[in-house]
Amino acid sequence: MSGISLPQITFLALSAMALVSGVLVITRRNAIHSVICLIVTLFSVAGIFLLTHAEFLFAVQIILYVGGIMVLFLFVIMLVNLDVAAKQAQFSSHWLVAALTAGALTAELVYGIYLGRAEFKASQPVIFPAPAPVTNTQAIAVGLFQTYTLPVEIASLLLLVAMVGAVVMAKRKFE
Amino acid sequence: MINTATQFLLSHPLIFATIKILIVFNVMSAVLMYIVYMERKVLAFMQARLGPMRVGPWGVLQALADPIKLMLKEDIVPSGADRTLFLLAPVISVAAAFTVFSAIPFTSSFIISDINIGILFILAVSSLGIYGIILGGWASNSHYPLLGALRSAAQLVSYEVAGGMAIVGVLLISNSLSLRDIVVKQQQMGVWNVFIQPVGFFVYLVAAIAETNRSPFDLPEAESELTAGFHTEYSGFRFSLFFMAEYTAMILVSCIAVTLFWGGWLRPFSSYHRFDFLDYTPIAVLLAAAVAIVLGARKNQVPMEKLVLFGIAAAFVLLAFGLAVPVVTAAIQGIFWFSAKVFVFLYAFIWYRGTFPRYRYDQLMNLGWRVMIPLGLANVIATAVLSYVLTSHTASAAASMIMTR
Repeated sequence: MSGISLPQITFLALSAMALVSGVLVITRRNAIHSVICLIVTLFSVAGIFLLTHAEFLFAVQIILYVGGIMVLFLFVIMLVNLDVAAKQAQFSSHWLVAALTAGALTAELVYGIYLGRAEFKASQPVIFPAPAPVTNTQAIAVGLFQTYTLPVEIASLLLLVAMVGAVVMAKRKFE
Repeated sequence: MINTATQFLLSHPLIFATIKILIVFNVMSAVLMYIVYMERKVLAFMQARLGPMRVGPWGVLQALADPIKLMLKEDIVPSGADRTLFLLAPVISVAAAFTVFSAIPFTSSFIISDINIGILFILAVSSLGIYGIILGGWASNSHYPLLGALRSAAQLVSYEVAGGMAIVGVLLISNSLSLRDIVVKQQQMGVWNVFIQPVGFFVYLVAAIAETNRSPFDLPEAESELTAGFHTEYSGFRFSLFFMAEYTAMILVSCIAVTLFWGGWLRPFSSYHRFDFLDYTPIAVLLAAAVAIVLGARKNQVPMEKLVLFGIAAAFVLLAFGLAVPVVTAAIQGIFWFSAKVFVFLYAFIWYRGTFPRYRYDQLMNLGWRVMIPLGLANVIATAVLSYVLTSHTASAAASMIMTR
């Protein structure tokens, strides 16, 4: 194992961080601590994006998830009375259903990995792609606005409808 | 010997980066101390006071006395506070603020890392600073900090959108996300972006003041309503970390504004040789400072202080002569103009604090969502349409100059 390189060490560290904090998200009793662990997970994944030269995805991941959505998570959780919530019995009456669902999901994932086992060659060193001549941002822009214009437009229309729906639902009734 | 040394440096690129980081970090820390002094002085003069006068001549050593006092104070953690988060919060704030400097091009060559998504990196990392405020406010287990943190979260999320919109206008003109390329583009066009994007600049400026929690948008720490907002329970060094984070963020948004809108390291009228005499401004500034020190020191009653001040004035004059060497004059142009422009912004920040009364919370939200975001959006659409029309339908010289890639 003498040929282990700096990117590989970084990758392993980031993956370990993502997995550990991912587990912590569901084991913490304090909701704020869970959110912070989730932030660490998202951050580690962003780091892995950066390692594979997907700079644009890295930035978007942090701006949208870490900088935007998680702030709103914290915002809402802080307004809930946490002391009461932590003392109440945890939501565990449906553990049988939960175990079955988790089991089914695990089986599905294992089957998926088994199908694609040809791609996992642990004996070969991991090669991180060199930066492409076209920047990541340009490649994504071409993909979104030239190759797949129609699907992107349909998706954005759907999101617009959802947004308008949220506004209508949140609006106070004046009558 | 020299060859092996150069080879060693070239084969270990991290060494150069580390040196640059150390330079930026230390210079910024020194600047931070003196911004606090400058703010106290300028505000005092605006209110017909003298400001700090006791420590050193005209109180110039106050900038050293304040941090020492803060570091020696007890670091109190309130009972019932979430200890880990309480201790971590100020660190997050400072770390996020300082990290962003790694993508700022101080001159055409002095930049820690020229990332090709520079501006996105800056938006991403600076948006992390809010966690320091939210977690600090929540972990204090106290009412005023929590209210301050919630206000702050709402404020930052609202104004981040407007600030982002304002930046998009510049990106449409520059065709690049790299901050260095954005300045180079302004050099090629021969005009700073502020003259092409005045609306964008205005929206960015307002959003920048709001995001740094500066007056008139300093609601998260409104003294009259929330005691001190999110950092009410903090004391000693951790309080000073929050303080540092705020001032670092102030320098940071000034740096970004200068880079995006005010031509970064470029000299004013850099494409006109008629104005080449402006290259000597740094020397003139130093000489003027020396004259000002001498005039002020004449009235000083303490002989020792008088001597030191005259010494400093003499050093300034010597330094001015050193700068007159043509090679040196050319070398300091970039960093001088960049710092000068940033200084103007910092002064303006203090000026606003001395001028505008604080907004009410609903006024702040109305301004953000009903004025700034629509204005920014309109600016983006107008810029996009205009640049599309100008590039693809008329082949006029002006248009091709604006939009050639």
